[in-house]
Amino acid sequence: MSRRPYLREVKRSWWLGQRRYLFYMIRELTSLFVALYCVLLVVGLVRLAQGPAAWDGFVAAFSSPLGVLFQVLCLIFATFHSVTWFAVTPKAMPLMVKGEAVPPRAIVAAHYAFWAALSLLVLIVVGV
Amino acid sequence: MAKSNKPLLWLPFAAGGLAAAFLLPVLILITGLLVPLGLMHLPYARMFAFADNPLGKLILFGAVALPTWHAAHRLRVTAHDLGLGGGLAVRLICYGVAWLMIIVSAAALLVV
Repeated sequence: MSRRPYLREVKRSWWLGQRRYLFYMIRELTSLFVALYCVLLVVGLVRLAQGPAAWDGFVAAFSSPLGVLFQVLCLIFATFHSVTWFAVTPKAMPLMVKGEAVPPRAIVAAHYAFWAALSLLVLIVVGV
Repeated sequence: MAKSNKPLLWLPFAAGGLAAAFLLPVLILITGLLVPLGLMHLPYARMFAFADNPLGKLILFGAVALPTWHAAHRLRVTAHDLGLGGGLAVRLICYGVAWLMIIVSAAALLVV
């Protein structure tokens, strides 16, 4: 077979050209910060298993200025992930009730309500 | 219909995206701001009691493992988008690190 299909060249910087591509890439990169914060959580579980001294050292480490800076970045990207995830949910999983499509706004609003309630619950459970 | 392993990858991926969206911001708020500012405390005894309880173990494991898997899957796809290829090396790194993190957290929770 001497067939040579045409392959259009894709530059590595393709996503810098358009705002919506850039937005897409920023959204994808939120997963990097989700992963990095998960590493912090895994370390936390290991330190917890190692005993009180190890745990206190872990708390001191993530409370350090560098730890806070890192986590503020994580918080920005994680919130970006949440907001865009909720925005896409009615498109990814349209809901039908009694043959009628549930308005996308209602689905998104329900997610925000659940998000707020769960966050409050976590704050109460951890804070008490 | 052709058999595919996609559902097995996709279910935890979607669950992880949801878990990350609902849980991570408040967790980061606690560990990143409220505790460092002294507005909240995470004493060992209370954390131990939570992790000692089977339901607590399950919640902690889900909060770590699901977003980890979600992020690994998306990082693999993003690597492809960035022209780094979707080959075996990228798969091994993304899923390998994720599996390592999941196994380590499970082991830590079993030891607690």
